[in-house]
Amino acid sequence: MAAAVRAAECGVEVGIVDDNATLGGQIWRGESDDGENQDAIRWSEMLRTAGVTKLCGKRVFDQPEARVLFAEGDDDLCELRYRNLILATGARERFLPFPGWTLPNVMGAGGLQAMVKSGLPIRGKRVVVGGTGPLLLAVAACLRKHGAEIPIICEQASSSMLARFSMALLAQPAKIAQGIQLKRELAGVPFAANSWPLAARGRQELESVTISRRGKSETIECDYLACGFHLVPNLELQQLLGCQIREGYVHVDEFQRTTVEGVFCAGEPTGIGGVELAIIEGQIAGLVAGGGLEKARLLFRDRDKRRRFARRLDHTFRLRPELKNLPSAETLVCRCEDVSYSRLQQQTSWRSAKLQTRCGMGPCQGRVCGPATQFLFKWEPDSVRPPVFPARVASLAALRGRSVSENGAVTRRL
Amino acid sequence: MLNQITLTVDGAPVTVPSGAMVAVAIAIAGKACRRSVTGEPRGPVCGMGICFECRVAIDGRSHCRSCQVRCEQGMDVRTDE
Repeated sequence: MAAAVRAAECGVEVGIVDDNATLGGQIWRGESDDGENQDAIRWSEMLRTAGVTKLCGKRVFDQPEARVLFAEGDDDLCELRYRNLILATGARERFLPFPGWTLPNVMGAGGLQAMVKSGLPIRGKRVVVGGTGPLLLAVAACLRKHGAEIPIICEQASSSMLARFSMALLAQPAKIAQGIQLKRELAGVPFAANSWPLAARGRQELESVTISRRGKSETIECDYLACGFHLVPNLELQQLLGCQIREGYVHVDEFQRTTVEGVFCAGEPTGIGGVELAIIEGQIAGLVAGGGLEKARLLFRDRDKRRRFARRLDHTFRLRPELKNLPSAETLVCRCEDVSYSRLQQQTSWRSAKLQTRCGMGPCQGRVCGPATQFLFKWEPDSVRPPVFPARVASLAALRGRSVSENGAVTRRL
Repeated sequence: MLNQITLTVDGAPVTVPSGAMVAVAIAIAGKACRRSVTGEPRGPVCGMGICFECRVAIDGRSHCRSCQVRCEQGMDVRTDE
């Protein structure tokens, strides 16, 4: 949104394509319409007046040729032509397999939050929150606000790592204020460092969670487990377009340009740094794409400061090796194809796992089990192939028979 | 706009607040979204259209991610398909 606003202010024609039904990504989802988030409201208002074309609920799934993308909606197919493309694909939660993690009501932390924000009644429900990362606290606070009871928040990071992280936050006044706010909202909720979920149990759905709490195991009855192990960037589209990836993130220059001409990247795919950093990077990318290089330079300092914070996040919430021992032999690692941990132990690479067991070959295309196997087995994913999202056969057929369209920035055709 | 929306999940009526996603209606109905390839019940995980665990048939169209689709009055949702 920030990129679109700044690019439009430079006088170029801008269109936003979003997979979600509403703009604002996972953090601001819906907040711009009826929420309390002032930033979300401000940027939506700027977007409204900037005259940007919006295409929501469209999944980009292929690039048939340079500077052309295909996106599929519920009932249509869009052919998108561009001079400059800014990829702000965000991040997803990292999920790690443990016994029982496939039971209904074991969800991502952000996943449960998203469901609650979109109407899931949570009042009076008991929710164990576990995993790692600052998202756990934000989620717990949100769930509590909606009436959930949180018996515990388990954070796998050690208390010494968290203490060092808190000290570093002192240099960032805005973060201190956020921290104080969170602390108030979570008053009375037990928080345990050096702790993580070991197993989830239940017949048809979740009934209890066993956690490791500072070395001892403990079982807690609950209705939901909200569990995520920090975030991993969504890189499929960047990889499809041939952008260089370095150490797990999209490589960009100081102007947010990727290694592919005309393709920019902003936000979590360049490093997990949160919404404030994403807004700055988006603005830089938008300004540069619109020709406003000098204005973009004014934002460099703020961005670089926040990037240092991003590196600290990665360091603080890196996964402890004990988590590799969570799955038992029968634990499913690939949820789409039901591939167990023991079957994967016999494989030597992501490729052999795909070929021999179908791990990563289901509808999520390895978005869930890919980061898990990367951690468990150090497997590196292979190249990305189109379609990057499951698409209808009719959409794939249209790729072959398509005609050359007008050279507008955004064109639609069924 | 209606404050409440009524739709059906596997034929049974469910009422949800306006703006709710289909996955929410399925949870209120107490249903799993799908059966895995080995027959396990599954529900939503990521809540953001990535994991495909919440896929159901909506108005006859199969493989819809229920966490990404808003409920509409009279919608026909089918799980396990």
